[in-house]
Amino acid sequence: MTSRPLSAARRGLVCCRDCGLLSRAASPHEPGFCPRCGAKLHFRHPNAVQQTWALVVAAAICFIPANALPVMVSNALGSSTPDTILGGVHFLYESGSWPLALIVLVASFMIPLGKLMALVWLLVAIQRGVRGGESQRMRLHRLVHLIGPWSMLDVFVATFTVALVQLSPLMSVEPGPGVLFFAAVVVLTMLAAESLDPRLLWDRNGVDSPRA
Amino acid sequence: MRLPVASIQSPQSYEATIACPGCDLVQRLPPIPPGGRARCSRCGEVLASRTRDPFDRPLALALAGLIMLVVANTSPLMSLSAVGRHADTTILGGALMMWTQGQPLTAALVAFCTAIAPAAYLTLMCAVLIAVRRPPAPAWAGQLLRLAEHSQVWSLPEVMLLGILVALVKIADLATVEAGIGLYSTGALLVLLAALAVTFDHQATWQRVSWAAQRQPKGSAACTPEPSDGTGAR
Repeated sequence: MTSRPLSAARRGLVCCRDCGLLSRAASPHEPGFCPRCGAKLHFRHPNAVQQTWALVVAAAICFIPANALPVMVSNALGSSTPDTILGGVHFLYESGSWPLALIVLVASFMIPLGKLMALVWLLVAIQRGVRGGESQRMRLHRLVHLIGPWSMLDVFVATFTVALVQLSPLMSVEPGPGVLFFAAVVVLTMLAAESLDPRLLWDRNGVDSPRA
Repeated sequence: MRLPVASIQSPQSYEATIACPGCDLVQRLPPIPPGGRARCSRCGEVLASRTRDPFDRPLALALAGLIMLVVANTSPLMSLSAVGRHADTTILGGALMMWTQGQPLTAALVAFCTAIAPAAYLTLMCAVLIAVRRPPAPAWAGQLLRLAEHSQVWSLPEVMLLGILVALVKIADLATVEAGIGLYSTGALLVLLAALAVTFDHQATWQRVSWAAQRQPKGSAACTPEPSDGTGAR
């Protein structure tokens, strides 16, 4: 560790997000293109905070119909039962497989909700310039990236249940409208995690990114 | 129009001096022994890892993964039988059924995350790893590598496998279900993908790709040497 950590942006250097090459920016306003791979360089993701907020808000809105609307509708001998995500968890718990109920509950409900709260927390910390605890926030950012895709679980459960249980008129399962909103939540939160530039967590009062 | 091109910051050490992609701290990479990795001294992000055999082993794994992906996509994942009736499904069959049942967007997403993105990732990785066997690789190898890394984000066979297992347990109460060859080959594919990710060396591969901006010679006068007060990666 050093007493005077210097970011690349402060030195007029910029790191290519694709190939990792560190190069000197062509000008302080316009870093230009990476000399090795030709990618457009940015000191920080342009409009990272705005873009992430937009995606988080959109995902939060989709989260409501994703849980209120059924993800699957089971038809058995003329009667049809709609099945929401939490209803599916309840069914798994009732039928005795509580480990699976726990997996689905964590993957489909707690991970998307936790991800949204974590992203809001990181965005607020960036906007208010909170000092101290950067390492914890960085760990949270990495965790959001790591567990994000796992909330896609219920989309796959619905797909393969629908694909397999097609024994009409005896028994069949149809996808419900909730599955689309649920997929939207997952995609939007994954995009939000991608667009949130972690380097902003370490910047101080905009000094490190004068042109952001 | 002439594009503004950033210049390399030090001709001698442009590969050893890097900025952390996580926190933008400028630091020098120490020599990394094969099998070792360097982490950022401030935020702990992995900066570089050296593998023992950075080109042949990942290529073998990517080719094996491609074959396994074809098997996983063409053989039935699981089959169901109830009161004398029988049904089975494949990965793309599941997406197709979703499409015909009125969920085309979800179907497209499922097909993308389980078949298209893994196929793109493995094919592009094979192309890149074949291209870098004889350095310098043409600049398009770098473009393909960039595309491969973007498709890797959306390649989710491990989530799909867990989803199928949950679906199997859910259905097991209603009918007899049997796991098929597709399910086992998806499991094998996961192992190959994980091994590929571990053996692939991002830096070593980029070092073999020829530069997009040929007008920037490695000893150009525009470069400013880096003062050596930077922190060392640990």
